[in-house]
Amino acid sequence: MNKTAFVSALAAAGLVATGAMAQSSGSATLAAVQEHGAVKCGVNTGTPGFAAPDADGVWKGFDIDFCRAVAAAVFGDPEKVEYTPLTSATRFTALSSGEIDLLARNTTWTFSRDVDLKLDFVGVNYYDGQGFMVPKDLGVSSAKELEGATVCIETGTTTELNLADFFRINELDYEPVPVESFTEAQNQFLAGACDVYTTDASALAAARSAFETPGDYVVLPEIISKEPLGPLVRHGDSEWADIVRWSFNAMVAAEELGVTSANAAEMAENGTNSPEINRLLGREGELGAMLGLPNDFALNIITKVGNYGESFEANIGESTTIGLARGLNAQWTDGGLIYSPPFR
Amino acid sequence: MTTMIDPPKAAGFHISQLLYDTRYRSMTIQVIVFLLVMGLGAYLLNNTIINLAAADKDIDFGFLGNRAGYDINQLLIPYSSDSTHWRATIVGLLNTLLVAFLGCILATIIGVVAGVLRLSKNWLTAKIMSFYVESFRNIPVLLWILAFFAVLSEMDRKPRSFRGEDAVNNMWLWDSVAVTNRGTYIPAPIWGDGSALVVITFLLSLLGIWAYGKWSHRRFEATGQILPNFWYKLGIFIVPSLAVFFLLGRPIALSIPEIKGFNFSGGLHIRNSLLALWLALSFYTGSFIAEIVRSGILAISKGQTEAAAALGLRPSRTMNLVILPQALRIIIPPLISQYLNLTKNSSLALAVGYMDLRSTLGGTTLNTTGRELECMLLMMMVYLAVSLTISTFMNVYNNSVKLKER
Repeated sequence: MNKTAFVSALAAAGLVATGAMAQSSGSATLAAVQEHGAVKCGVNTGTPGFAAPDADGVWKGFDIDFCRAVAAAVFGDPEKVEYTPLTSATRFTALSSGEIDLLARNTTWTFSRDVDLKLDFVGVNYYDGQGFMVPKDLGVSSAKELEGATVCIETGTTTELNLADFFRINELDYEPVPVESFTEAQNQFLAGACDVYTTDASALAAARSAFETPGDYVVLPEIISKEPLGPLVRHGDSEWADIVRWSFNAMVAAEELGVTSANAAEMAENGTNSPEINRLLGREGELGAMLGLPNDFALNIITKVGNYGESFEANIGESTTIGLARGLNAQWTDGGLIYSPPFR
Repeated sequence: MTTMIDPPKAAGFHISQLLYDTRYRSMTIQVIVFLLVMGLGAYLLNNTIINLAAADKDIDFGFLGNRAGYDINQLLIPYSSDSTHWRATIVGLLNTLLVAFLGCILATIIGVVAGVLRLSKNWLTAKIMSFYVESFRNIPVLLWILAFFAVLSEMDRKPRSFRGEDAVNNMWLWDSVAVTNRGTYIPAPIWGDGSALVVITFLLSLLGIWAYGKWSHRRFEATGQILPNFWYKLGIFIVPSLAVFFLLGRPIALSIPEIKGFNFSGGLHIRNSLLALWLALSFYTGSFIAEIVRSGILAISKGQTEAAAALGLRPSRTMNLVILPQALRIIIPPLISQYLNLTKNSSLALAVGYMDLRSTLGGTTLNTTGRELECMLLMMMVYLAVSLTISTFMNVYNNSVKLKER
């Protein structure tokens, strides 16, 4: 038994070695995911609305929905996800080392992360920008008035670098208080150990919604940076990147085409007169097979998780406590930036 | 008997002798173990190289020369977000050394006091010290760091509450010290013209105290008289420096912290992150040092105490002149390990946002550049170098106090 295990391990090692040398046709990550039986998804340690365990310990949120969408595409079952909560400091190492297959943790797409860190951003699922939150009784109405303020900031984030640039350009002094996590930042901010909390505006809204008295805090009007947040995978497995990218695009295209979790099954069964919807739902063409997935992968995503707009409204939209407007994250047809390449 | 185990060599050398002949067996085993260890090392190294190549990464320390782009709050040398990652690394290293240095001093003081008092005949004192030692020694230091920090930052003493005529909180010591939930602000010296002379005088008077001590000791050995050394030394410590200070027209002024805008300005800002880390590390390591001191004292035979008493020495003098000097020989070697532990434990600083080496090089720099392997290697080398330096110095000291055998 031991000997066979050892021999097969050797054989597997040999296969991996040769696989790396030869141009492999299928996705190694997809094969590993299928063998493991679940998608290993790296998520935030706890941001309400984006990724946080609910009262029953079940992970819920906008980023969580994306992990579930990929699981639905691969397995037809959105529950086949293993969540790994990661701090901003540990996320990239976890992805590069293969500890996770996919990182959906409000991560900003930047040049150096994409190129130098050898990561592949598959798209932007939330167009964000960095903002500031202060207690109302501080009487501050603009970020330019923050001379000498103490600012809580998560270490290892792009916001840390934007903050340094903003205060340097505006010739303001400030005192950075580095904190390790979103929760820790809120604790310090609420205790008054810092005057200002700065991070992506969406996360500020999420944090504020969880405060006991949200009305006592205001988010300043300045947005000091572009923060395109998106899911990402590591370099070197373009097939897997394609699966993740088109899982996301399926959610976006579904919203644009008016396919929802309620009507998708019916549309798939009876067909529609729109060829693109038919291709998306797997009635026409072999789009799924091209990805190495079942042909109804997008149908599974839409019926079991929902389209982009449904996921947005359910987790962070205006009807939730987070209360974010669609803004830049509306469909391009509604004046936003959310846009999927055609399913053709 | 020996002839039965070791056969005569006459028959010539056989391969089997490597295993069955006691003359060669140990050599064989050592060679095999050596090869295995080298093989494992080579495998790990090779594996790293292959994996780095597979991930399309190289080992390059060039990023240390790039612009860091982030700010650090506690600076011992000038630094801005325009400085390089290398500079940020040095800033972090200095912060590590600062907290390690302060921690070693305070831990030693706490440890010696607690260790001696735990042996006190006063029941209450001894029990309080036992309670301190057992509670600190048996709870992970990270929890202590977080606990100290939580107490400091959750205090209802925001800088804002010091503002206005009827402020909620007040500064202490004639309005010179402000204890807030962001740190403690104390007056800082402003060095004017001629302040160098005052400092030189002060250093000279320290030298004077040392010379006086030597002289009075020789005098004591020659005549047997004991001078009131403490008061003389205190005089040398204070009088010349103060005299020069006033003669030169008070060249050193004090910058008093003052509430301005969001925070206090002026004075010296001792951040809560430093305070919490320093206190937690000191009390934690101090509890171990207390046990080392206690065991050192208990190891000195009771006869020494009795002999000292028979000579008419008071208990405090017995402790200072007879017991502690001998106990020191036993205490120093384990004390070195505690200093090394404290220095290495300071890498938990990130938990409270103290910008030490782990938080700059191993934190933000690592994250913004993505050079995990390089940062980790560099950090390991630095901690190794710091630890070896500390232990070298302590070993020199150990050699000077250990029993001289002639």
